[in-house]
Amino acid sequence: MRLRNRILTTVGTLFGVAVLVFVMLRAIPGDQITAGLGTEAAALTPAQRQALEQYYGLDQSLFTQFFSWLGNMLTGNFGYSARQQQSVLDLTLHSLPVTIELAVLSIVLALLIGVPLGMLAASRTNSARDALGQVVSLAGLSVPAFLLATTLLSVFAASFGFNPNGQGFATLADDPLLNLRQMLLPALVLGFGIAAPILRTTRTAVLEVRSEDFVRTARAKGVPERRLQVRHVLGNALVPIVTMTGLQFGYLLGGAVVVEQIFSVPGIGRQVLLGIQQKEYAVVQSTVLVIALAFVLVNLLTDALYRVIDPRVRAS
Amino acid sequence: MPRGAYSAVGIAAALSLALTACSSSSSPSGSAATGDGGGDAGKTIVVGVTSDPDTLFPWKATQFQAVNVLQNLYGTLTEFDKDLNVVPGLAESWQTSDDGKKLTLKLRQGVTFADGSTFGSEDVKWSLDKIMDEKTAAVARASLSSVKSVKAPDANTVVLELNGPDAALPANLATVNMAMLSSDDTEDKLNATPNGTGPFTLKNRVPSQSITLARNDAYWGDKAKAAAVEFRVIPDESSIVSAMQSGNVQLSVFDDPLVAQTAEAGGTITVAKTPQLSYHVLQLNATHGDLKDVNVRLAIQCAIDRKQVLDTAALGEGEVTGPITAPAFKSDPNNRPCPTRDLAKAADYLAKAGKASGVTVKTIVSQGEYATSVNEAQNLKAQLAEAKINLDLEVLESGAYVDRWVAADFDAAVALNGGRPDPDGSYGRYFTSDGNLNKVAGYSSPELDKLFAEGKATTDQAARKGIYDQVSTLLEQNAPWIWLFSGYTYTATTAGVQGFVPMASGSLQFLRTTSVS
Repeated sequence: MRLRNRILTTVGTLFGVAVLVFVMLRAIPGDQITAGLGTEAAALTPAQRQALEQYYGLDQSLFTQFFSWLGNMLTGNFGYSARQQQSVLDLTLHSLPVTIELAVLSIVLALLIGVPLGMLAASRTNSARDALGQVVSLAGLSVPAFLLATTLLSVFAASFGFNPNGQGFATLADDPLLNLRQMLLPALVLGFGIAAPILRTTRTAVLEVRSEDFVRTARAKGVPERRLQVRHVLGNALVPIVTMTGLQFGYLLGGAVVVEQIFSVPGIGRQVLLGIQQKEYAVVQSTVLVIALAFVLVNLLTDALYRVIDPRVRAS
Repeated sequence: MPRGAYSAVGIAAALSLALTACSSSSSPSGSAATGDGGGDAGKTIVVGVTSDPDTLFPWKATQFQAVNVLQNLYGTLTEFDKDLNVVPGLAESWQTSDDGKKLTLKLRQGVTFADGSTFGSEDVKWSLDKIMDEKTAAVARASLSSVKSVKAPDANTVVLELNGPDAALPANLATVNMAMLSSDDTEDKLNATPNGTGPFTLKNRVPSQSITLARNDAYWGDKAKAAAVEFRVIPDESSIVSAMQSGNVQLSVFDDPLVAQTAEAGGTITVAKTPQLSYHVLQLNATHGDLKDVNVRLAIQCAIDRKQVLDTAALGEGEVTGPITAPAFKSDPNNRPCPTRDLAKAADYLAKAGKASGVTVKTIVSQGEYATSVNEAQNLKAQLAEAKINLDLEVLESGAYVDRWVAADFDAAVALNGGRPDPDGSYGRYFTSDGNLNKVAGYSSPELDKLFAEGKATTDQAARKGIYDQVSTLLEQNAPWIWLFSGYTYTATTAGVQGFVPMASGSLQFLRTTSVS
């Protein structure tokens, strides 16, 4: 019953997203003709314009456009990008793994920075180490990704000649070493930004758990300090950290457009951006739906993780 | 007590160190991969571009990046040399009949398409007929408006029957939108596999990442010096500069003066400046409200210091210009009612128009279409405010801007318009009463119609210069638009790049003569 409800909610959400994206795209001024021809579109004769509308399928009613796209989606036909001469499915199969890889690396880096620093900050409130945590989290939240990305790229390229992103993009399968080098800076920039909320969440959660009775009892029973901090405190503080991490991971799957642009990473964010710029409706609609589905799946996964890390959830 | 936390930090620090070590140890190989075109770095030129072509069909290509790729793949009947003079291309020679109503082109023999098929007069006739067919929606259709019919009397001759003399026709045939295609091809086929007669052929394309061209060894002219050219997509111009500094990209073209300055500052990149044909302009719509009165338009002209716009918006990188920017027909920028800013004269003109208390002009500005647009608009607003002219700015996303521009739905528009080597091609379509962009230009007159017709009918270059000087004068005296300045194209190259010739049109056609040592 719960599973059925969950599936129904998911389908409803995805349908809502589909309608919303379809309507919003049509509300943006311009179409594929003006996006392609720019101001030259003013020189088209009515017959030329008609021929182009027919070519791009813009002469169909909105109703027909929506349902033929949705029908095609259900049969696995995500549409075709005339600009890139590839089906949207193929494009997505190339860009989604890149984005997933970048998201995983960013989250790992964010956790490596955020959790230890959060614990460190919580270990003695209002101390120098707490201040350090606050400064790092404030920097992570307030330094814009584009600034950090451009600075890192320029400094590394100009001073050390290190710029793997200037080479053609290599996938993990093509050349794992080059791929990881190309992912390093973008993942670091994204990871630094995400580390901030994770750090703050960790600090708050740890502080809360530490003040609970069972921690005092455990300490009184002589549980070694390291075991106490990791097993008892961090273990019980994990639920909010996992929630925050899941949320951030979901956002990352939507594509980190700015960072992908600066580091030339051909991820899903760039795919949507190009689609919007070129007004390739099918590309945007189908890709956004894939992103929405990924977000829903990450949420499901986060829920499942609660059961693993917290026995109380399992019991209920 | 906090020992556990310390250990966690220790692990994180160790991991960060390992990552840093990994990155620094790999940096030498990163820079050694220069021109990674398959081992022989000297033979592949990597060109940094911000976007890949939005189409590979030459008759519909207007995007800068698409034109740059396609003109290396396709051939045209005529071509431009480095000074924008019309020279033979696929047509070895051409002759106009005495009455100017017939243009006979002799085609080059032994030319083949990339698929190996032979190029001949049937392909020319088919191509020109198709471009003229409205159903094809070719963007250069209007450039053939003087052509009545195309005949192919033999395999190497093509005859264009004209409605009347058209001196601009040979120049119009030189753009990639007039590329000669094989009569066996279709738009869909060519979008997937280009098939031209140019100095390069398509080798490989990775959508939105790169497009690689290989030298066409069967090319009719001098073979390209480089074995291959890779157009590598790096969406951000600053990132292209970084890629050049680290030696991954050898050539790129910028139009943002700020980026060009950054590139030059490092010392490893050479930047060449070429004056552009395109021009920055404040387009007025003379069919709208107060702007119908020539005195209001002239008041705007007099209240603007063009040099100030250039200095504040484009770091002074460019030249103040009149209407015509083509080197052979260049307008004198001082030949206008107000060669320099004159607020008293502006007030007189406003008074003559009965608008001494001032006017408001709704102005559209594109955000992101080109680097300097918003800065130009803000400077114009500040200058005009001192003459009681209120420029009501509407800054639009580029799609919205194009929509409004195409519909001529504005009082004024801050614009960067592309110039052409022939003034008829540049302005005939805007300022003649039957021009296909006249609705957007918002101005025409019987005098201008007559002068443009004369310009087309005259073959003598000196006489044509005189005619277009008159066009220029009439345009400035009536101020349908306020021409501001033309900027530079910046061609950035790394050490070892030789033989590239930048052009005023921004064209990369001389990639064929470029080599990397």
